[in-house]
Amino acid sequence: MAESHGGAKGPAAGAHTEADGGHHGGGFPPFESSTFASQLVSLAIFFVLLYVIVSKLALPKVGGAIEARQNKIEGDLTEAQKLKDQSEAALKAYESELASARTRAQAIGNESRDKANAQADAERKALEEQLAAKLAGAEKTIASTRAAAMSNVRGIAADAAGQIVQQLTGVVPDAASVNAAVDASLKG
Amino acid sequence: MKIDPIHQFNIEPLFTIGHIGNHTIAFTNSSLYMLVAVAIISLLMLASGTQLVPGRLQSVAEISYEFVASTIRSTAGSEGMKFFPLIFSLFMFICVSNLVGIIPYTFTISSHLIVTAGLALLVFFTVLIYGIAKNGVKFFKIFVPHGVPGYVLPLVMFIEVLSFFLRPVSHSIRLFANMLAGHIALKVFAGFVAMLGFSLGAIGWVGGVLPLALTIALYALEILVAFLQAYVFAILTCIYLNDAIHPGH
Repeated sequence: MAESHGGAKGPAAGAHTEADGGHHGGGFPPFESSTFASQLVSLAIFFVLLYVIVSKLALPKVGGAIEARQNKIEGDLTEAQKLKDQSEAALKAYESELASARTRAQAIGNESRDKANAQADAERKALEEQLAAKLAGAEKTIASTRAAAMSNVRGIAADAAGQIVQQLTGVVPDAASVNAAVDASLKG
Repeated sequence: MKIDPIHQFNIEPLFTIGHIGNHTIAFTNSSLYMLVAVAIISLLMLASGTQLVPGRLQSVAEISYEFVASTIRSTAGSEGMKFFPLIFSLFMFICVSNLVGIIPYTFTISSHLIVTAGLALLVFFTVLIYGIAKNGVKFFKIFVPHGVPGYVLPLVMFIEVLSFFLRPVSHSIRLFANMLAGHIALKVFAGFVAMLGFSLGAIGWVGGVLPLALTIALYALEILVAFLQAYVFAILTCIYLNDAIHPGH
């Protein structure tokens, strides 16, 4: 019947049929009261079904997933903060360790330099003393050698003077006067 | 070629379930699309996984969840979360059935006043019963606004009471009328295309471009309306429930 009305006339014609006490398919469907009971029953069944599914299964599941993600993100953030704090503390510890190591190294360097200097000084002093002693010994040897040589020179000179006097005069002079003469000439 | 924009709203009984009094209770095409809506929502919410990094389906499920939850929190406060399952069911049921109904050859559940009236009355009685159960007599403070001079108070109270009892009417008719009018308009404009083509031949097919463009534009609008009316229905439910939770404005 609706087919036969059609077009723009539809709603008006539908209302007219409704007023006539419209039977199924004849009137404007949304106002077809004979379908109300069926629709309300279906609505009640399916909406209650939906409500049960949503409240018992769907929302707890999706809400749980969202909450789990939220917790995970928060947990990760706190974990990251903790790790960051740890790494900062480690960096600070490393820096202070480095600084103390540096001062310690400096101290050790200074100490060993001082020790080396002291040792070197001591060795030099010992060497110098040794050298001085050797020098003194050598000087003494030189002096004694020279004195010996000088006394030998005097003997040779006295001998030579005696020989010369004997050659010249034929008389052997006495040693005492020759020595005296040599001494006098050596001094002179 | 006849255009019958009303045909799409026909209720076709598929099989009979039983009888209540002298009413025959049938499983109709409307029942079928209610079942489809429930199935789609269940599938979306239950089959979408609970991964840490959500996929597409899970994102849709979670966005729906967050969207409804934030709507309730902003209009009815955190106490309104008690009604989260109800409002979520209402929103998803209307939204999904509207969006399904926009597909050609399908049936739109909410284009029938009896269905939207059923949902609106459900909200109305929930508000009424919960409001009285929670607040007792204080619930009726919603009819007595603050700071109204004594001599106009009876008039204001009369208007408040009237508007309270008209809520289910406006609540249901808004959704019903929007869906009905949208679908009729869509059908009429789409019918023009075929009518022009069949009656005027080649010229008609060229002339049909204009109503076709209009049909496409209307179709886009209807998709928006389908979602928007579900949202409006849900947010009005939140506002009405807010009265029950916090009476006295």
